[in-house]
Amino acid sequence: MDFLRPASWEEALAAKAEHPTAVPIAGGTDVMVEINFDHRRPEYLLDLNRIGDLGEWEVGEKTVRLGASVPYTKIMEHLRGELPGLALASHTVASPQIRNRGGVGGNLGTASPAGDAHPALLSSGCEVEVESAARGVRMIPIDEFYLGVKRNALQADELIRAVHLPKADGPQQFSKVGTRNAMVIAVCAFGIALHPETRTVRTGIGSAAPTPVRAKEAEAFLAAALEEGGFWENGKIITPSVAKQFADLCSAACNPIDDVRGTASYRRHAVGIMARRTLGWAWESYRGQSARTEGVA
Amino acid sequence: MRVNFTVNGRKQEADDVWEGESLLYVLRERMGLPGSKNACEQGECGSCTVRLDGVPVCSCLVAAGQVEGREVVTVEGLADFAKNRSCGGHEGGACGTSLQEAQGWSAKGTDSQTGEGGISPHATLAPIQQAFIDAGAVQCGFCTPGLLVASDELLERNPNPSDADIREALSGNLCRCTGYEKIMDAVRLAAARQSEPEGV
Ligand SMILES: Cc1cc2nc3c(=O)[nH]c(=O)nc-3n(C[C@H](O)[C@H](O)[C@H](O)COP(=O)(O)OP(=O)(O)OC[C@H]3O[C@@H](n4cnc5c(N)ncnc54)[C@H](O)[C@@H]3O)c2cc1C
Ligand code: FES
Ligand code: FES
Repeated sequence: MDFLRPASWEEALAAKAEHPTAVPIAGGTDVMVEINFDHRRPEYLLDLNRIGDLGEWEVGEKTVRLGASVPYTKIMEHLRGELPGLALASHTVASPQIRNRGGVGGNLGTASPAGDAHPALLSSGCEVEVESAARGVRMIPIDEFYLGVKRNALQADELIRAVHLPKADGPQQFSKVGTRNAMVIAVCAFGIALHPETRTVRTGIGSAAPTPVRAKEAEAFLAAALEEGGFWENGKIITPSVAKQFADLCSAACNPIDDVRGTASYRRHAVGIMARRTLGWAWESYRGQSARTEGVA
Repeated sequence: MRVNFTVNGRKQEADDVWEGESLLYVLRERMGLPGSKNACEQGECGSCTVRLDGVPVCSCLVAAGQVEGREVVTVEGLADFAKNRSCGGHEGGACGTSLQEAQGWSAKGTDSQTGEGGISPHATLAPIQQAFIDAGAVQCGFCTPGLLVASDELLERNPNPSDADIREALSGNLCRCTGYEKIMDAVRLAAARQSEPEGV
């Protein structure tokens, strides 16, 4: 095995081009488990820790550019206002020690259907900035990033540099089912983001299909129902029948399996419950916010 | 490969390190510092917790090569680390724990019978270590080093933690013996002692 220690992004891209089989290592919280247990013996490890700007983020006018290696702890501490869904999801990852090391780049690299960042990324509608020495930068919409179980759209010579997430324009929520609070791989998970500016709702479902998925029919149904009932303006409580239909369509978007963590039918059921609950929480805070702005006006 | 890094305030180098090796392995097997425990090697138990550039991490999940040029504090250096912090945290100089001291380190609390002699001139414990002894938070002791490092960092960051803060900060550390109540007591005790005015 060889340990490559690029000191800059350009050096890292060059190393990845020269050794396409090299395994990048950021926080190491996925890679080291595989090496410790002899599940993986890469020829090259490509250390990304020395590339400082991967650990940084920039808050722009409309978007946040989140470096691939920004640890979850920093997201929770500094980006709760801009990226509430991702901050909530980050807080449910493993333990403080893991959150101090692991980040979104690694979650995307592993592309496990159970990765907690994915529902938040899908519901925010972000883009993944990847780069290769040969072809330069490529922006991959998150909807096109997950290709299969632990397979993503990265080419062998590419590295993830950052994720560009729209700043929240409305409430976002995240919910996850597991056996306890800490150190739990999701049985299934659900993320929702209300986008009042475009009058849309986006979702993300974890651990209930071969890849993280959106519940697109549910999103379209809810957007239409909210529009039709004038809910965005009148801020009324969402009709229970609308919430139920939304939840049912979210369940229907799942394509789960039975495994040690839960059965397929439990997952479908739990996703429906989480969809209804998180919609309720998000809508409550939307109503609270719009009531406050009206009061001011 | 060779890895140069700072362990407990002193520069060290480890030779013949395999590229896939963990920091935990380097500490235990190459530097003779078995304080950090190896229980799961998969980030689940926290018994290998060390500070990496000040941040608590599972040393079993840090590749040795990633610590090149960086600073690690292990449980063996915790007493000195805490002492330096309380006296203003001056760098370098006479501070830190030499490898020999760290290798020979053993608990010498006020409750302990082993107080005389020993290799280490640093006979005292970190306040958090003394609190673990006083509160009876140590049974088999396997989880203790990780809990000490994690608790010490919590109290550095948050001198008056609520019970929820303590639970959260220690949620990555498993203990199979105590049922955690005594561990909670120990952290509360250390926090209370820390907030007492000097000399009381
Ligand atoms: C005890 C434990 C509990 C866990 N619990 C959770 C949990 O609750 N929820 C959850 O989502 N995850 C969990 N994980 C998994 C892991 O912590 C996350 O997937 C984390 O986001 C990985 O980030 P990392 O930086 O540590 O990745 P690494 O291990 O460094 O890398 C992971 C993968 O991504 C690739 N990669 C990393 N950075 C880049 C980059 N910039 N460009 C291209 N490829 C890259 C690597 O080659 C590797 O394939 C847990 C892990 C452990 C050990
Ligand atoms: S040995 Fe590192 S977390 Fe268990
Ligand atoms: S005291 Fe035995 S594991 Fe905690």
